[in-house]
Amino acid sequence: MISRGERVANYVILSVFAAFALFPIVTILSAALGPADSGGTAGLGNFAAAWEIGRFGTYLRSSLAVSAFVVVVSVLLSIMSGYAFGTMRFRGQSVLFYLFMLGIMMPSEAVAVPLYFDLRALGLIDTFWSIALPQVALSVAFGTFWMRAYFRAANRAIVEAARIDGASTWRILWQVLVPPARPAVVTLTVLVFMWTWNEFLIPLIMVTSESLRTAPLGLAFFQGQYTSGFTLLAAGSVIVATPVVIFYLFLQRHFVRGLLQGAVRE
Amino acid sequence: MTGARPPGEPRRVAYLYLLPAFAVYAAFLLYPIGRAVQISLYDWDGLTLGRWAGLDNYVAIVADEGLRAAFGHALVLIVFYALIPLAIGLMLAAVLNHAKVRGLGFFRTVVFLPQVVAMVVVAVAWRRVYAPDGTLNTLLGALGLDSLTRGWLGDYTFALPAVGVVGTWFETGLVTVLLLAGMSRIPAELYEAARLDGAGAVREFFAVTLPSVRGEIAVALTLTVIAALRTFDLVYVTTRGGPGTSTSVPSYEVYHRAFGLSQVGSAAAIGITLTVIIFAVSFGINRFADRRIT
Repeated sequence: MISRGERVANYVILSVFAAFALFPIVTILSAALGPADSGGTAGLGNFAAAWEIGRFGTYLRSSLAVSAFVVVVSVLLSIMSGYAFGTMRFRGQSVLFYLFMLGIMMPSEAVAVPLYFDLRALGLIDTFWSIALPQVALSVAFGTFWMRAYFRAANRAIVEAARIDGASTWRILWQVLVPPARPAVVTLTVLVFMWTWNEFLIPLIMVTSESLRTAPLGLAFFQGQYTSGFTLLAAGSVIVATPVVIFYLFLQRHFVRGLLQGAVRE
Repeated sequence: MTGARPPGEPRRVAYLYLLPAFAVYAAFLLYPIGRAVQISLYDWDGLTLGRWAGLDNYVAIVADEGLRAAFGHALVLIVFYALIPLAIGLMLAAVLNHAKVRGLGFFRTVVFLPQVVAMVVVAVAWRRVYAPDGTLNTLLGALGLDSLTRGWLGDYTFALPAVGVVGTWFETGLVTVLLLAGMSRIPAELYEAARLDGAGAVREFFAVTLPSVRGEIAVALTLTVIAALRTFDLVYVTTRGGPGTSTSVPSYEVYHRAFGLSQVGSAAAIGITLTVIIFAVSFGINRFADRRIT
């Protein structure tokens, strides 16, 4: 059906757009692997230099701690709240659910300003908690919506059978419902990880100590201070982007599904 | 979700399962948004006692030229973040959906990649592309177009479109992948019927393809318009709103006013306005998509 010319045209279109998508990424990668700013070391040595001079080791450690906390806590809380919304009936259910839904769209820039001043009054500014807890709140809104959709679709017969056997709601959740929910939980986990790792505004506002700076924040500061060339900046960028990109390459299906379906509101 | 009886028996224990999530959510999102509304009604520098300002901070969003410009810039960004990617994505997906090309999986991986890279990294990369001695100018020079070279992000005319193109780059893959998924679900019989009616490729696109992916278009527009309205990291790293105020956007103004100019009340009012606009946009787009289906 498809003519030869048409097929060639299709490949040309594909290639042009793939090249457009890769072009800035290639710019960064080639600079990171190119000659050093001082003209000395080159190639992989740039990463070691950036790690040292840009203090990316510290920033990665901070990002890792924040991301691990936000992922574990918000996934656990979302499973529990999604379970309540998805399988139980209680007064105020729809009002509470819509309240959670507001959080999915709420821009963090609107809440970050009052949070800063309130946390400052409590002496909590510039702490681990001031970066982590607001992000748990943002993730829990989406996570509740995500896990509720899963639990609503889950097999009711198995749940009923477990209940007749005398299993508690707690056991039903963790031993009956959660094991087959693994794909949904993995998708939620990678999304929350990506959002937290890449978050910029909240750490920018909440943190002043260098030891608490997350990787993207560290990179932004490094960009402002380091002006003697582009190589180390590029190497630092690669270091900051790599963890999420690796997850993406292995769990691509989850990223695409989550980012596309997660947006489909009811 | 409406109409159907919620599943399960009535259970009080539900509140216990909700409590931890709700507590964090209420303390770190609901309460602050309420506080933002309250602060937005004051003239407050963040340190001394605030002065009641009523709706002055909201009036300023319409009256103040700088603020109006920031929201105007957001509108320009919507063209680059949402409308151009939608046009490109529709074309790309329509072509790819018909063509039995190899390497579609690889293509999808590549065009979706910008979505997962931290925006700060994206901004650093594009700063390099736009720099006076950067990739874009080198490319133009190689094509013999030296007269077009400039410091793109420092140019009053070109800084905002330059930031917008980054948005186009960032969102096109998402939109294309979304539309491809939608088009692959269109039953082949619909196309056959259109062919039998003698429809050409263009008629077929408007009569069959476009109506079938209305839902996906609504999702794509919701996601990209909200992303355009919320642009912050990109502007912070590439231009800080400059040169002059030519790339100032609402989110950047929130940050700048609260922490640079100590106009916390005004910052809160901009944040609340932005929130209301985002709610209205996503509600409006989805209403529009629903109505057209019936």
